[in-house]
Amino acid sequence: MKNLKTIIKPAFLLLVLPMIAGCSDKIAVLNPQGPVARSQYHLIIWSLIMMSLVLAIVLILFVYVLARFGRKNSKGFDPNDTGNRKLEIIWMIVPVVICVLLAVPTVKTLFALSHPPKATAAPAQTAGKTLTIDVTSVQWKWLFRYPGQKIETVNYVVIPAGTPVKFRLHAYDAMNAFWVPELGGQQYTMTDMPMNLWLQADKPGNYSGRSSNYSGRGFAHMTFTVMSRSADYFDSWVKDVKANKPALTHVKYMQLLEPNVLDKPQTLTFSSYPEIVAKDLNKAQMDALMAGKPIETDSMHGMDMKNDGKGGHHND
Amino acid sequence: MIDSIKSFMGWFFVTGDPMIYGADASIALVSIGIVAVLTYFKKWKWLWEEWLTTVDHKRIGIMYIIAALLMLFRGGIDALMMRAQLTLPNMHFLDAEHYNQVFTTHGTIMIIFVAMPFIFGLMNIAVPLQIGARDVAYPFLNALSFWFFFVGAMLFNLSFVIGGSPDAGWSSYAPYAGAELNPGVGQNYYLIGVQISGIGSLATGINFLVTILKMRAPGMTLFKMPMFTWSVLITSVIVVFAFPAFTVALALMTIDRLFGAHFFTIAAGGSPMLWANLFWFWGHPEVYIVLLPVFGIFSEVIATFAHKTLFGYAVMVWSMIAISVLSFITWLHHFFTMGNTAPVNAFFSISTMLIAIPTGVKIFNWLFTLNKGRIQFTTPMLWALAFIPNFTIGGVTGVMLAMAPADYQYHNSYFLVAHFHSTLIAGTVFGIFCGLHYWWPKMFGYLLDERKGKWSFWIFMISFNVCFMPMYFLGLMGMTRRMYTYPAGLGWTPINVVMTIGAVGMGVGFALMAWNIIWSAFYGKKDTTGDPWGGRTLEWVTASPAPEYNFAHIPEVSTRDAFTAMKEEKEKGLAKSSKPYEPIHMPNNTGIPVIMASFMFVAGFGFVFEWYWMGIPGLIGVIACMIARSFVYNDHHYISIDEIKRTEAATGRLS
Amino acid sequence: MTDSVLRLHERDKSSLPIEYSKEEGDLRIVGFWIFLAAELVLFGTLFGTYLVLQSHTAGGPTAKDLFEIGPVMAETIVLLVSSFTCGLSTIELRRHNTKGLIAWLIVTILLGLVFVGLEANEFYTYAVHEGATLSRSAFLSGFFVLLGTHGCHVSLGIVWIIGILLQLAKRGITPVTARKAFMVGLYWHFLDVVWIFIFTAVYLTGWVI
Repeated sequence: MKNLKTIIKPAFLLLVLPMIAGCSDKIAVLNPQGPVARSQYHLIIWSLIMMSLVLAIVLILFVYVLARFGRKNSKGFDPNDTGNRKLEIIWMIVPVVICVLLAVPTVKTLFALSHPPKATAAPAQTAGKTLTIDVTSVQWKWLFRYPGQKIETVNYVVIPAGTPVKFRLHAYDAMNAFWVPELGGQQYTMTDMPMNLWLQADKPGNYSGRSSNYSGRGFAHMTFTVMSRSADYFDSWVKDVKANKPALTHVKYMQLLEPNVLDKPQTLTFSSYPEIVAKDLNKAQMDALMAGKPIETDSMHGMDMKNDGKGGHHND
Repeated sequence: MIDSIKSFMGWFFVTGDPMIYGADASIALVSIGIVAVLTYFKKWKWLWEEWLTTVDHKRIGIMYIIAALLMLFRGGIDALMMRAQLTLPNMHFLDAEHYNQVFTTHGTIMIIFVAMPFIFGLMNIAVPLQIGARDVAYPFLNALSFWFFFVGAMLFNLSFVIGGSPDAGWSSYAPYAGAELNPGVGQNYYLIGVQISGIGSLATGINFLVTILKMRAPGMTLFKMPMFTWSVLITSVIVVFAFPAFTVALALMTIDRLFGAHFFTIAAGGSPMLWANLFWFWGHPEVYIVLLPVFGIFSEVIATFAHKTLFGYAVMVWSMIAISVLSFITWLHHFFTMGNTAPVNAFFSISTMLIAIPTGVKIFNWLFTLNKGRIQFTTPMLWALAFIPNFTIGGVTGVMLAMAPADYQYHNSYFLVAHFHSTLIAGTVFGIFCGLHYWWPKMFGYLLDERKGKWSFWIFMISFNVCFMPMYFLGLMGMTRRMYTYPAGLGWTPINVVMTIGAVGMGVGFALMAWNIIWSAFYGKKDTTGDPWGGRTLEWVTASPAPEYNFAHIPEVSTRDAFTAMKEEKEKGLAKSSKPYEPIHMPNNTGIPVIMASFMFVAGFGFVFEWYWMGIPGLIGVIACMIARSFVYNDHHYISIDEIKRTEAATGRLS
Repeated sequence: MTDSVLRLHERDKSSLPIEYSKEEGDLRIVGFWIFLAAELVLFGTLFGTYLVLQSHTAGGPTAKDLFEIGPVMAETIVLLVSSFTCGLSTIELRRHNTKGLIAWLIVTILLGLVFVGLEANEFYTYAVHEGATLSRSAFLSGFFVLLGTHGCHVSLGIVWIIGILLQLAKRGITPVTARKAFMVGLYWHFLDVVWIFIFTAVYLTGWVI
């Protein structure tokens, strides 16, 4: 038994260490830069430890039986060894215990993620404030609308560091997924159900995001940058946009909704947007509107905007 | 006139890419070649009488496996094209549209047209023999299942050269797969091709369920059945309960696309989320449809080559039953990120983790079958042994993915892709290769060469790890699946290069296996005993290849590992004197299944192009075939005692 | 000489009904029950789809606007009675009365035809007079496809019974024709059960909600 332990420990370290040591900034998921990503990171590391343990046990047993019983004329051949109630109960209980050890933090994290993370910026600046940004995925670009500031950006988004940001996710046409691995896990964007995703960055910095749900030809280019800046910088950036950037016109908005990839420039900034943008119409509704037909929103279930928490509940 | 023909041809045939013209040419050449060879050797009659019209489960099994190997080749080429494109950043080997088509056909072909038919093929070959039966419960339906699968696969593959391939991914998520965002015939090919072969799969499920429940040899109670038969029984139950949901899902999307309904559309109240639910309600059980039978194969092979009875037989069975039940309540884990409330995600997280318990139990039981055994490293055994550690890696990463909050970070990334390849390759592919080598002598009467077999195993297995282990890290780095290219400077390049090397290695391993098959056809060691491996179950009682009627006398069973018991009795000199032969009643060959499936092909092709003048007559042809079959009363014949004696004498079994 | 195609151990079957009297009949009937289980999943999926989409009327006609009691009750009664006459045919089968069996099967398909006609008329009324077509809304897509699938099953059942009638007329009641007549009876009763669910889940809830 002692022997076994001396094998397990280094084997286990050997497996886990390079991964933890490999938390360079290249491995985005293992390089959390905000509380949401961090809680997921803790869960990942915990599961990695448990699973490495399981794998190690299987590998050790595997190597042992092959080395011992794979030789010609090996001793100990016993064709009557066809079952062992006690052993079988043990290896039924052990996975149950492991599942419990994994399920408890999973459920805890799951419920915690439906609430906004705790703000970490200086309380004087945020004082319980949160920022809401409406995100719309269009084939193949990301539109960000700041309903509080009345400005719009395309393919990049600026957020104040240390402040919880509520991203409300919509899709204009195909389903996409909004993913910024360094700040937290993804959620889908859909035409018939807006969803909420809380994210928060610890520090100023640029974090790359991309669509992670396939949506057609330009999917691979559907990337965006989340620019986390100090709260002061954020306020002055908003002022600057308001003062110096063009307004998003109806015509320009319709152009943005065409399926294409923005080439040059890859990002856009607008100081204001027309009313139609705030309606978060999907393609079918927009087509109806353009054809002069009534827009059907009443019967479409996800269209109520009261979805709180992580994602909405679909009342079907 | 000429212009309109030209424009039609330009739309009808896929044009504009040298690869497509290459495919056109190779399809034409292969077709001409096959026709020429058959004509030159005057083999048309032979082909029709011995193969196309056969209802013999062993021949149907062989046809399944040949078709699945061809499809594996196609799916493998797709994989290599993807790896070529992704080797370096900003490559232009494939453009986005082609890449999207290639990953869609790769996924669909590998699951629907490789994994399933390969397993159905092995089921067909082994199950009736393992339970001591002379055929399956419905031989006619069995032939029909094969031909429906076959024309479904051919229709799907036709999309490459006529009309254009689907490009919405094998999961075909709405609304992208709907008519407004995805016009053209590609997605119709997916929906209708998969639908036709799905009908065949459902029929196979019913067929094997009844076969195993009702046709076992006397004395073979359920808990004396070989483990592979058990796995097929449970799989058949899953097929019967999962496939109808998929049939409906595919039909609804077809109706959306062809007749303007609004099940999954953005407009008029359609629900794209409904598609995801319906698809995965079938799709998750489907994973176990292709995994449980290989668990059965590994159980047989490990017991045979450890020279021991399977450890913990009853627990093995109950584990599979538990997995099959759980497989129906985990589908939502494929979209934890679709806005479910925390309690819903919590439920599906836990139900998914629970699957690890019976699976873990099985792994330990296999390990303890090896324990105290006398392990013999044959090629099938190598595949089975390699399965244990490699599949465990897939299993533990599966548990990691089951944890919903962590899944928000893994979902749709290469971590996920690596996970399901770890399970589907180390599980299903290793399993079907294992079964192929193991039952090959039973199918053809000679063995595949062991030396070449081992070489192909080591090359394939090592390359598999080279290809898919780094992929986990690529996922954690943020690379998502289905990207046709990626920019430089993200640190993804070295891993992608390594993965491509691994993929090429897997191709080499497979090519070597193909070479082994060809080589062994000429020089393979003959199996004169019918029991080349020292088998433990009834399929090894009869000659290799098994005669048409399988068993001259239906064997009687008193224990598990029935053949081992028989051999022990014989050694002790307790062998019973054999009874006189009786004429054997067997089903007649019939051309109706292949004709009916051809009508189905015509109908399917018509519906793909929305040519109802073609589709509706095709369906009428299908119904006419059903009616014609109903009026056939003379569908059996007897094999005379003389013929049985002659056949048995030829394999030295006349006692 | 045994008649068993596929296995040799025979039970004593003299006490069994004629459709079970041959091994093959037994096998086919078991398989048909499993097929019906698969059909149950198929219809279950369609019901689930319908219930999800029921409220997605997209500004078009709702269930309340469309459904009328009269035609629906007529369809229900006709189909229920046809199920009863189908049951009578099975009793005649057990009594080895070929003529009675044929007569009741003919009554059954006549009622089936009436049902299909009524349903076609209902669809026609909705689509042409009320503008409620398949492509009007998700609710209507779900409605037409669920009921259409059931209607297609009934129509196929009619074709199937006609085929069996021809065989019965030619061969009388044999183990094989008896098995076929028995199986089509199972199928017909199954469709009746599905209709009861349709009546409850589609029409009743449509009127109430």
